[in-house]
Amino acid sequence: MQKTIINIDEALYEYLLRLGDDNLILGHRLSEWCGHAPALEEDIALANIALDCIGQANAFLTLAVQTINNGRTEDDLAFFRNETEFKNLLLVEQPDTDFGYTIVRQFFYDVFVLHFYQELSKSRNEQLAGISAKAVKEITYHLRHSRQWILRLGGGTEESSTRIQNAVNDLWCFTDEIFFKNEIDDRLIEEGIAFDPRLIKHKWEELVEQTLSEAELKIPENVFMKSGGRYGRHTESLGHLLAEMQIVARSYPGAKW
Amino acid sequence: MKNEEWKIWEVFVQSKSGEPHVHAGNVHAPDAELALQNARDVYSRRNEAVSIWVVPADQITATSPSDAGPFFDPANDKAYRHPQFYNVPKGVRGF
Repeated sequence: MQKTIINIDEALYEYLLRLGDDNLILGHRLSEWCGHAPALEEDIALANIALDCIGQANAFLTLAVQTINNGRTEDDLAFFRNETEFKNLLLVEQPDTDFGYTIVRQFFYDVFVLHFYQELSKSRNEQLAGISAKAVKEITYHLRHSRQWILRLGGGTEESSTRIQNAVNDLWCFTDEIFFKNEIDDRLIEEGIAFDPRLIKHKWEELVEQTLSEAELKIPENVFMKSGGRYGRHTESLGHLLAEMQIVARSYPGAKW
Repeated sequence: MKNEEWKIWEVFVQSKSGEPHVHAGNVHAPDAELALQNARDVYSRRNEAVSIWVVPADQITATSPSDAGPFFDPANDKAYRHPQFYNVPKGVRGF
């Protein structure tokens, strides 16, 4: 096999797209609850979390365009890329089938990014470290929110526990991809810029298992794990999401408030 | 968990350390932990708080409007209860 030399800036660009896209797509998904959440207070909570995610996406994507300076802006990346150019995890694009799906999706993601960004905040790239450190504070609160809901829905009524168990069953197949790593990561890990997500997998498993068991929920067995998001191969849901997210920018390119 | 089963919690927000907790409003929540989270989301979105208290609304004992007369009027004609007869020394600011 031929060993290709990977340019650091290009690797970092790709890496930042992943981090940015995870947050952008998840933030958009959460924003879909605006005006529809089960209670006014929850509506505001989800909108707050959505804004935090979109803020993080903005920071990562801005850093991405600064890294390679290809004349594009962070808005171009958000609104003028097609489905196959998005590098987000399949987990974050999964639809809000019900409130339980939203909470489980968020919980799986929060547990990961809390530990992952803690490590990234030690990155040798100071800007990446700074964005990650700021995000850790926000995510600490997101996790508190999603974890409390898992416990309450799991230990709530028969209906709430059935619904949240369904969400766990359906979303479990996307949890392995969270720990995806390829030569892009390896190149950046070598430089002390990136961090190997597999090294925190046991922390993720520990908190997820402990929380689900406290909520009297079961982890499904023998699940076929899905992946592809990091290569731009997405589930059907992403196309619908992008259509909605991008239509204004694409219908009126260059429009200003 | 139906919405109408959620209790009302009164929210008190402290804007700076050392200052009193001031009543900010109320939130719906099924329990104390979620009441705190909801209060944080509703009343401290723009960095207004360093500390929040939540209290179940039904745990607050309040005067009723009909009590207003006997409770508060007698203080009206007791001007000597106000410290307005003292001369404030010159060096004192922000009195």
